[in-house]
Amino acid sequence: MLDLTFDAPKPKVISGATGDWELVIGMEVHAQVASKAKLFSGASTEFGAEPNSNVSFVDAAMPGMLPVINEFCVEQAVRTGLGLKAQINLVSAFDRKNYFYPDLPQGYQISQLYHPIVGEGEVLVEMGPGLARRVRIERIHIEQDAGKSIHDMDPHMSFVDLNRTGVALMEIVSRPDIRGPEEAAAYIAKLRQIMRYLGTCDGNMQNGNLRADVNVSVCRPGDYEKYLETGDFGHLGTRCEIKNMNSMRFIQAAIEYEARRQIAILEDGGTVDQETRLFDPDKGETRSMRSKEEAHDYRYFPCPDLLPLEIEQEWVDAIRDSLPELPDEKKARFITEFGLSDYDASVLTADVEAARFFEKVAEGRDGKMAANWVINELFGRLKKDGLEIGESPIGAERLGAIIELISRGDISGKIAKQVFEIAYTTGREPAEIVETEGLKQVTDTGAIEAAVDEVIAANPAQVEKARENPKLVGWFVGQVMKATGGKANPKAVNETVRARLGL
Amino acid sequence: MSIDKDTAAHVARLARIRVEEEDLPALASEFNRILGFIEQLNEVDVEGVEPMVSVTPMRLKRRPDVVTDGNMQEKILSNAPDAREGFFAVPKVVE
Repeated sequence: MLDLTFDAPKPKVISGATGDWELVIGMEVHAQVASKAKLFSGASTEFGAEPNSNVSFVDAAMPGMLPVINEFCVEQAVRTGLGLKAQINLVSAFDRKNYFYPDLPQGYQISQLYHPIVGEGEVLVEMGPGLARRVRIERIHIEQDAGKSIHDMDPHMSFVDLNRTGVALMEIVSRPDIRGPEEAAAYIAKLRQIMRYLGTCDGNMQNGNLRADVNVSVCRPGDYEKYLETGDFGHLGTRCEIKNMNSMRFIQAAIEYEARRQIAILEDGGTVDQETRLFDPDKGETRSMRSKEEAHDYRYFPCPDLLPLEIEQEWVDAIRDSLPELPDEKKARFITEFGLSDYDASVLTADVEAARFFEKVAEGRDGKMAANWVINELFGRLKKDGLEIGESPIGAERLGAIIELISRGDISGKIAKQVFEIAYTTGREPAEIVETEGLKQVTDTGAIEAAVDEVIAANPAQVEKARENPKLVGWFVGQVMKATGGKANPKAVNETVRARLGL
Repeated sequence: MSIDKDTAAHVARLARIRVEEEDLPALASEFNRILGFIEQLNEVDVEGVEPMVSVTPMRLKRRPDVVTDGNMQEKILSNAPDAREGFFAVPKVVE
């Protein structure tokens, strides 16, 4: 059973000169759809191509060109909506958002203002064991991305690359339910995780495939609860929107800075202007984007080039039936099925590939042991080499084989680490490594007794001490293990030492 | 709603169309005539009538997710007043 009883985390509080302030944050996350071709043209979406090579006449807005929608992109938006437990609108429509900028050749972005394809949903953002924020999703709509302007290649000119122009984005709009910088980062991480499970967005923030506009305001303790009760935004402070951030670290820093900036204004008796701001990572500050102010008059109107987007309930149902197990469910199952701790289950389900890897290792084996080996040994080793789970030199089958060797008593946990290291670096079979390197655990009583007797005979003084202080048994066990190259079964050695010393 | 000279100037600016000062009053009055016509349309009672989006009963045309276009940098840039190293070069725009 899925345990969904969580407490809400406390909001972030900043103490000002005139008392405490709380943060209220809403986000617009732009997620690039993991499609091969663009939303309304057949040009490629591949990242890092030669400038202006992934551009069709539609993307360049040549006269007479008409947009034709990529059905796969629509499917991914629906899929994402279903993954966020959201309402799917069978009829949605496209609108033009008009503004001038060199990287937008059409002079408008095709978006969905009035009738988005996805309505209200929710995301559970865990902030610790038993602690989670339920962030309400207001809507998801489909829209075109703009091109890229480069300002540092020439002192007098800006260079424009339209490769990104027209790539499909899903804009995921949250309610102002996020209450601190850490929650904001955790919210993005959760969206990213869900979309990677769904396969709808690769979540690559560095390439700009996932970026966020963050709305920040501050209020006094108690005000937010009044807003929740009444739905009246008047209880909240004036918000500022920080545009286009693609780093979790910067998002947190920007929120922190922006909240303090607003508090300083308010405590000085001033008022916060509702405006668009940019975060400067070098200075750690947000600053006003004055030029955007006039552009806010977007003069939206229904796009005359596109009919309404009508989809069928059966199609939506088929997509719903094809959804994979999502992070929350997978984590709950790992806890119940494999007996993992909350923490281990979180670590293993953070990434869908890691979760799949673990399940292969754990299949038919000891789940807890598998979790320990994947998290402590494998993840640790991969991290050392800067590798992702998909690049692991040791596969799930081989790691599973090592666990089997331990379970069967063929090798001790300590020897297993040696075997792991050899298998990891050389790609050899664990069983073969144990055989060839002579690492098999000695369980033969005769051999162990002989080794114990030898150590006892060589250390009469220690034997005297051990009879008075039984804790010294450990020292003898250590000597025997050393003498046998770690291959003796530690439990058998311990028993034999105790018996021989008469303890 | 009435459009004054300033609003006409604002709309022209948003559309990046240069309108000389002396032409603004005429433009404003033209806007007002258009809006007057719209207001007249607004008098029609359309309660319960679904908006018609197309005169033919068509479904929005879809295409599969296949790359069929692009790879023509030269053609794309051929109308640009200035292009360098594969980019459109435009007067500097910095936030």
